[in-house]
Amino acid sequence: MIAKIRKIATFVEETRREMERAISPPTRRAAAVAVIENPCAGRYVEDLSELMAIGEELGDLLTARAVAALGISGASAESYGKAAAVGENGELEHAAAILHPKLGTPVRRVLGKGTALIPSSKKRGGMGLVLDIPLGHKDAAFVRSHFDGMEVRINDAPRANEIMVAIAVTDSGRPLARVGGLTKDQIKGEDGLR
Amino acid sequence: MPEVVIRKRTICVEEIFHEGGPVAEKPLRRAAAIAVIRNPFAGAYVASIEGFMEDLKPLGLAMARQLIAALGGDAKAVEGYGKGAIVGSAGELEHGALWHVPGGYAMREVLGGAKAIVASTKKVGGPGTRLDVPITHINASYVRSHFDSMEVGVNDAPRADEILLALVMTTGARVHARVGGLKASEIKGEDGLR
Repeated sequence: MIAKIRKIATFVEETRREMERAISPPTRRAAAVAVIENPCAGRYVEDLSELMAIGEELGDLLTARAVAALGISGASAESYGKAAAVGENGELEHAAAILHPKLGTPVRRVLGKGTALIPSSKKRGGMGLVLDIPLGHKDAAFVRSHFDGMEVRINDAPRANEIMVAIAVTDSGRPLARVGGLTKDQIKGEDGLR
Repeated sequence: MPEVVIRKRTICVEEIFHEGGPVAEKPLRRAAAIAVIRNPFAGAYVASIEGFMEDLKPLGLAMARQLIAALGGDAKAVEGYGKGAIVGSAGELEHGALWHVPGGYAMREVLGGAKAIVASTKKVGGPGTRLDVPITHINASYVRSHFDSMEVGVNDAPRADEILLALVMTTGARVHARVGGLKASEIKGEDGLR
């Protein structure tokens, strides 16, 4: 591993009731979060290739952890998202280097498919900040029932010289989805959109 | 259908000159427009809610226009966008999903037919909840320099029976964008992706 990981956290959320209605089967989401040292902290680094390589490692590791936390096969995952939080001595671009160039390929390898763009968000901040990981269907971005987001927070991260990297995976859409739009059984799966 | 009752609107503009690297020739600007409205479905499970999307359209258009004004008044200056919603505790996540159509289509209309899907996120939360609204390029989701996000929130909203609705627009790439990928200058503009 190139990444120096201080901590990995996984979160699983299961919704069983919503508005006094039973959700059956329950909707479930998982997020895996790594807290790593930022090798570029404290100075302006032009070449961010080390962070891109870290992104590739974490794409594999965190997706596998999230899928394992749900207890499903990668192919059963329905939506996904990614996010990163850079500590105060880093720059937003460090999160971009981890998330965008190389992280997606191993995520898709673990899940077997994933033709849709992986929705993402990023920010810089102090310890205890909240990351809202956007979620979208992994094979068709327009599946409206799966537009969602998952909040994660680790009270002691990121420290000033750290980066928090998060990947979220679900096995379902929103609990009581009913605002129309493309449904998952209508997916053509050709362009990642519909 | 229910009337849209607005308690509060806010607008936030950020101007970013540099982030440790060279000072940008033209600072990046981000703006967020927020409306806090009464949730007509709070407190009970209402099966049919889709009609409220139509009721929200004028508000969506007003907020989209407000954003363009806040960014200098020229719709052509807008390069990135995103949307989000926070539903108060007496509502359900699905009420936030009502914002996808009126929020997204309002921005596309005001921007003259933007092609890319509008990045989004949503959650249920108490007053003061923060939301990281994801941002992507308005014409091609894969433009890597424009993957960004903006944190929004209102300290006294959403109350239990309210929904906080947010739209975000930006004028360009991250201030030191340099992790490669599709460039805005390379957009084909056919499918909203590339």
